[in-house]
Amino acid sequence: MSSSWSRALTQISPYTFASIGIAISIGVSVLGAAWGIYITGSSLIGAAIKAPRITSKNLISVIFCEAVAIYGVIVAIILQTKLESVPSSKIYDPESLRAGYAIFASGIIVGFANLMCGLCVGIIGSSCALSDAQNSTLFVKILVIEIFGSALGLFGVIVACAAHLDHNQIISCC
Amino acid sequence: MYGFEALTFNIHGGYLEAIVRGHRSGLLTASDYNNLCQCETLDDIKMHLSATEYGPYLQNEPSPLHTTTVVEKCTLKLVDEYKHMLCQATEPLSTFLEYITYGYMIDNVVLIVTGTLHERDVQELLEKCHPLGMFDSIATLAVAQNMRELYRLVLVDTPLAPYFSECITSEDLDDMNIEIMRNTLYKAYLEDFYNFCQKLGGATSEIMSDLLAFEADRRAVNITINSIGTELTRDDRRKLYSNFGLLYPYGHEELAISEDIDQVRAVMEKYPPYQSIFAKISYGESQMLDKAFYEEEVKRLCLAFEQQFHYAVFFAYMRLREQEIRNLMWISECVAQNQKSRIHDSVVFIF
Repeated sequence: MSSSWSRALTQISPYTFASIGIAISIGVSVLGAAWGIYITGSSLIGAAIKAPRITSKNLISVIFCEAVAIYGVIVAIILQTKLESVPSSKIYDPESLRAGYAIFASGIIVGFANLMCGLCVGIIGSSCALSDAQNSTLFVKILVIEIFGSALGLFGVIVACAAHLDHNQIISCC
Repeated sequence: MYGFEALTFNIHGGYLEAIVRGHRSGLLTASDYNNLCQCETLDDIKMHLSATEYGPYLQNEPSPLHTTTVVEKCTLKLVDEYKHMLCQATEPLSTFLEYITYGYMIDNVVLIVTGTLHERDVQELLEKCHPLGMFDSIATLAVAQNMRELYRLVLVDTPLAPYFSECITSEDLDDMNIEIMRNTLYKAYLEDFYNFCQKLGGATSEIMSDLLAFEADRRAVNITINSIGTELTRDDRRKLYSNFGLLYPYGHEELAISEDIDQVRAVMEKYPPYQSIFAKISYGESQMLDKAFYEEEVKRLCLAFEQQFHYAVFFAYMRLREQEIRNLMWISECVAQNQKSRIHDSVVFIF
């Protein structure tokens, strides 16, 4: 059984894997960013009624969430430049398969890292808005936590880029 | 799932939670109370309150103020905030907010029935009702002669209908029966609210369970103390205790057989959270017990704000406002009657 399943998986075209990787990188990143923005935004709007001074400062939380979506777009664009056509005799060569899987992995890495990062920054941003409304000295301290949270998205981008940098010469023939 | 409310709570409840936390920042602080306690007349109180969030509500009042006017206007502020939140809320938050007002409805029903028994005018009684507990057919309560009629004519259409199953009897309404009716209704209401919160799950159910359990236990103690020396039998007393809370069931057994305050104290001291309350009052004295309970309640209500993404903040805010209105009423009465030495007897500072 396992031998036939593994053969079935290797028969899937590496183009499919690469394309799905690119789709996940942008799609799931945007999901994370949007989730984070609505979590922050609804609290920010409600809290700003009593304390209008918090609106301009707390837009930083929304900007951090938005940055997460931008990471996803950047990586998707980089990945799709690596995707080139090969003659059909060479589609199932090991190098082509490796390139396809590498792009798939890069996409998943950046997508899910950004999903979690977006959620994290969104929840912290919501608490930040509510506590800033009560006591304005808290804002800068909570911002430090948010900065650490948004670093998670950067880790995803770095690893995703590193995962396919080695394959430059292989991918150029793929 | 407990712990993951942060992911989806803000879809429906984020805006209102932020609004209620904004309202909380408008509660009077200790420095406001200190200023108010040093006032000489009610006009001074009005002036100090104009600087707080109550300003717009008290501005247009003509100068010889009465304490009831102050309390009425402050209650009006709470009602406006509540109605604003209720019309923006979706399920299940809207049901939760409505549950908070059923207690006031019960109090209004009892007020009108008692007043009618003592031959008061219905209009006068309606003005004294709490605005959050009004419902449409409330004026027809004055017509009912016994509990069955009360139910059939008026209460079957209100949200209080399911709480009546335990107290429909054909007995006529007199003072004792009305108090028993009030406590039976309130018991059914607390249990219903408790079950509703358990169904909501997550942080809401955990925090609300603690707050409602404290309420149930406090009512049990008050029922016990108030019925010492009356003709309420032990079994009747036990029927008025709710079936949840720290005291259920063993504490209730012991409270039901207590005959004086020292026995009640002995029962309560077995429970560590209540031991600290009873330690504050000396033997044989029960006037300070109310204040000690209020202080403990305020402490727990403030703790509800420490966690985000749950509904208990709404309940806590309504209760804290109620406490603030009680404080303002006490301060106004003391100032109006020139008894400022007793002001600190009953003012509970919230922050």
